[in-house]
Amino acid sequence: MTLLDVQKLSIEYRLSDGKLRAVDQVSLKLESGDVLGLVGESGCGKSTLVKGIINLLPSNGRIIEGDIVFEDVVLNKLSKESMRKKRWKEISLITQSAMNSLNPVYRVGDQIAEVIIEHEKVGKRSAMEKAEELFDLVGLDRGRLQDYPHQFSGGMKQRAIIAMSLALNPKLIIADEPTTALDVIVQSQILERMNNLLKGYSGSMILVTHDVSVVAQTCTKVAVMYGGKIVEYGDVVQVLKKPNHPYTMGLKNAFPSLIGEKRELVSISGTPPDLSKEILGCRFAERCPFVIERCKGMSLEKTEVENGYFYCIRHAEKEELRKRADLPETWESEV
Amino acid sequence: MNENGSKVIETINLKKEFSVKVKNKGKIRETRVLKAIDGINLHVYEGETLGLVGESGCGKTTTAKVLLGLYPPSSGKIMLEGDDISHLNRSQMKSFRKQAQMVFQDPYESLNPRFKIKHTLMEPLEIHGIGKNKKERYEMAKKILGEAGLRPAEQFMERFPHEMSGGQRQRVAIARALVLEPTFLIADEPVSMLDVSIRAGILKLLRSMIAERKLAGIVISHDISLIRYISDRTAVMYLGKIVEQANTEALIKKRYHPYSEALLEAAPNPDPEVKFSLEKIKGEAPNAVDIPSGCRFHPRCPKCMEICKEVEPKEIEIEEGHMVMCHLYGGAGNE
Repeated sequence: MTLLDVQKLSIEYRLSDGKLRAVDQVSLKLESGDVLGLVGESGCGKSTLVKGIINLLPSNGRIIEGDIVFEDVVLNKLSKESMRKKRWKEISLITQSAMNSLNPVYRVGDQIAEVIIEHEKVGKRSAMEKAEELFDLVGLDRGRLQDYPHQFSGGMKQRAIIAMSLALNPKLIIADEPTTALDVIVQSQILERMNNLLKGYSGSMILVTHDVSVVAQTCTKVAVMYGGKIVEYGDVVQVLKKPNHPYTMGLKNAFPSLIGEKRELVSISGTPPDLSKEILGCRFAERCPFVIERCKGMSLEKTEVENGYFYCIRHAEKEELRKRADLPETWESEV
Repeated sequence: MNENGSKVIETINLKKEFSVKVKNKGKIRETRVLKAIDGINLHVYEGETLGLVGESGCGKTTTAKVLLGLYPPSSGKIMLEGDDISHLNRSQMKSFRKQAQMVFQDPYESLNPRFKIKHTLMEPLEIHGIGKNKKERYEMAKKILGEAGLRPAEQFMERFPHEMSGGQRQRVAIARALVLEPTFLIADEPVSMLDVSIRAGILKLLRSMIAERKLAGIVISHDISLIRYISDRTAVMYLGKIVEQANTEALIKKRYHPYSEALLEAAPNPDPEVKFSLEKIKGEAPNAVDIPSGCRFHPRCPKCMEICKEVEPKEIEIEEGHMVMCHLYGGAGNE
């Protein structure tokens, strides 16, 4: 069953000297039970996209076209109040600085109970009982519900936020870099726990991250974003094992691995495009080692593959490009 | 590798303790000792990079600060090219600072926003009285900036930090650390704030600068897969002790200490078909105020034996140059 259907969504920010189109005609489908990884560099529009979905764009940002359909309801047409009722209950958001989003002057337990009381007609006592169950689920000691946020370590705060986001068993969790600030071991513990909890009630998640490894380990689907567009989408094994878009190939190379022989790390030279200017053709063309004349100026060509798609004009040569992308020389150039 | 080279920096049973006030019911009840570094022996050869890896709070950054003279050590010795530098007076400290430099984690905060890049690079030269006049200092700064990969250097010299990307700023930070021609360089999480696609370039630059200039380098990170790409040898730190130390590739192929094993297994991998595992470690690291008895890793260790709870293991050399501190391999023996 389709849970979330984003149709040709474009989001623009109003700046003092013009406009910036952070998300450009992005389409995305999510079935229940899917865990989608949204990867890309900073400034590629991944956070803007999820903020647009949950209707929390900053005041200078707005959706200029497209629709977000969540279980037959068009989210971007909802009133503020009905959207507020949906948050936490049906869609919850774990933000990038989740660790700092707890209120420092309230006890952690009270903050979790507040969410439950606000959305369900229950008393304080049963809300606290629910909070205790949630703490068990995320592996925190029940006694710590009485603590204040500053008494928690970073990993514990993050778990408390995850407990809160799961409080009402939302159908969709959007997690924006939920573990970036954490240690490897704590990160793996939290990712594993979230995955198991979601599986428990077949909830879905969109995981926003720049870390390809995290996606490889937790997600079933992956969407690679570059310059405000999704350039490649598909099953996680398919996309990471056999990338079709040169940008995905490059990202994969830039990632360190502990398995097998040491292979040279290769970075993608150059910087992402300036989205306040209009760009014709492929947005990755400036940094792409396989760029040809046709890449610039032409409209994009979508190639459908099994369970996914990608945008690259040289799609016919993808096997050949993949081989060349594996060689470090391909990516070498001046800074 | 530099087995025959000379040791540039060496620590002998180095300790750093802080006294912390323990609050109970809002009142300070007692003062206790926090052993941030609890007797470590490290050395770095000329032209070599040592990776220091461990969870947050294990004492990595404190080690860096003590080595740079930002904290005085509580006991033990630090030797720089054979001289004891554990306790220096003011003027000795000034000449020491010229030899020991640091690259910080966050290039968005470690550069003065009101200084042009040329001022940032020329200021240390001026302070240490290097170069006859402004013109000579300018040339020195320009040369190092070019070597750090920011070309054309003349243009970058005139820029302000806000006109540069994160990767470029970190290159400036590296250039600033190297402009004084130090003998010893520490980089604390040098790429964790940078985008994945450009990390490889910065790591490569650091590595080649350390090797070419025959510096002794220490790179600190919690991510062992990154450490693999930059360091010749790796030391694994846990709660103020180095529990395992070896040639990096040797350590990745064969790790003896259960903590190193857990750290490697828990790291997410970019290959979606190889999943991380958390079977080898439980819970979070304890507070350094309450260091467990015996082996400090025993409460989280899956291979914990009776002896581990009581006797602290000693460091033994299990293979040539491969040091480990664990009862599984002996190490209980008397002095």
